Amino acid sequence: MASRTIIPFGPQHPVLPEPVHLKISVDDEVITEAIPALGYVHRGLEKLVEIRDFNQMIQVVERVCGICSMIHAMVYCQGLEEMMQVEVPRRARYLRVIWSELHRLHSHLLWLGLFADAFGFESLFMQFWKIREKVMDIDEATTGNRIIVSVNVVGGVRRDLTPEQMRWILSVLADMEKEIKQLQNTIMNDYTVKKRTVGKGVVTTAQAYELGLVGPTLRGSGVAQDTRLLKYAAFDEIDFEPVVEPDGDCYSRTKVRFREALQCIDLVRQAIAKIPEGELAAKVKTRPEGEVVTRIEQPRGELVYYLKGNGKKNLERCRIRTPTFANIPALLVMLPGMYLSDVPVIVLSIDPCISCTER
Amino acid sequence: MREQVIPISLDAVVGEAGRMKAEGYRLVTLSAAELDAEKVDILYHYDKNLTMKHLRLTVAKDVQVPSISSVYLAALLVENEIQDLFGVRFKGLAIDFNRTLYLEEEIKTTPLCRYTVSRVNKGEPAAKEATEGS
Repeated sequence: MASRTIIPFGPQHPVLPEPVHLKISVDDEVITEAIPALGYVHRGLEKLVEIRDFNQMIQVVERVCGICSMIHAMVYCQGLEEMMQVEVPRRARYLRVIWSELHRLHSHLLWLGLFADAFGFESLFMQFWKIREKVMDIDEATTGNRIIVSVNVVGGVRRDLTPEQMRWILSVLADMEKEIKQLQNTIMNDYTVKKRTVGKGVVTTAQAYELGLVGPTLRGSGVAQDTRLLKYAAFDEIDFEPVVEPDGDCYSRTKVRFREALQCIDLVRQAIAKIPEGELAAKVKTRPEGEVVTRIEQPRGELVYYLKGNGKKNLERCRIRTPTFANIPALLVMLPGMYLSDVPVIVLSIDPCISCTER
Repeated sequence: MREQVIPISLDAVVGEAGRMKAEGYRLVTLSAAELDAEKVDILYHYDKNLTMKHLRLTVAKDVQVPSISSVYLAALLVENEIQDLFGVRFKGLAIDFNRTLYLEEEIKTTPLCRYTVSRVNKGEPAAKEATEGS
């Protein structure tokens, strides 16, 4: 007869870079229920709108998450620009695409490494992280920082890229593309990878949509939804098709992120090829008034900001819905029926960013 | 807002969620914003084919709001978050963390409100204190 046990998974666990807790009920080794719990590192950053003005809040939202800091600032500025009817110069829109796709690229490479580490494939982990370093070098050379690049301002960007820098970025990306493709056979076909990921943590297309999942977790279940299709920044002038895989398991989500890493390189190339000359930022003469809901595609999925202003220098409300917050309910569906030993791999397969979630 | 915001009443929250689901909408999230010492706005954001629809519920802080987690399970996290940060209670939550999703049990204030509604008894709305700037 099976014995029922409740096991606490996290908040401190070797596979979790950040603290999150799951209360897992198991019958022998098979999971019957998983209840998530948050709040170990909640910072209440949204409260800071009361004491930081709308420009200073850019530095705050950049610190919601290091891995996608540029994208948080970009969506926040995009929301204010819509509210204040500011026309962002075309060059700035292209520069935003370049830096945001570089962020997505290093985030996916970071995840591919961490995921390999989760099932004990440490050499693969090192290979992905070694390649990722090159994006960090690009960020450092072009913005002065490796992680929090801080290039966005309301109305555009604060930094430019010279033609020499763009040529250098293209040559680094060419090397990276070659190196990433060398790992393709391993991540797609290796026995260990497939044994630990195929058929694990399945979310069907209907479940994924109903649960409100986003990003590669949603696209890995066969839903072709990507906020970049909204044509924000310069995506209206760039060829883009979402990467979709149909199976809904950990392997499917891995394939989406791997293919998206290569797609990022293509998108940066397109942006560099098409970037026009021009101003970096438009002048902002008003203060935010009204409400706006704005969203863009962060590496983990759709990032939503609700902003409310009353014509003063401080916003009334800055609500942030991060993609991991939307993807956590997926664990309620992914985990039951799986073995306890699959939990680390399945949890990591949604690319949980607790820093974002506990903003 | 670029899209239209449709006001809804307290009685219509769950019915509207059911209708949105039947029409193929995905629940994006809920947003809460304090209006004054008495009221909050709760916005329900839905999406279909990358077009958003927003429903606005304006409600007193001490009124229990029907949870839509019976329609959209994913709503349970954000409804628990609003309970923690704004003190608005949700009725019929699929999993009710009872204001401990982010907060410790002893915390009685509502961090994202300028005007705090303190709760004396766990789980029960208490008399409003109207402490400004908490």
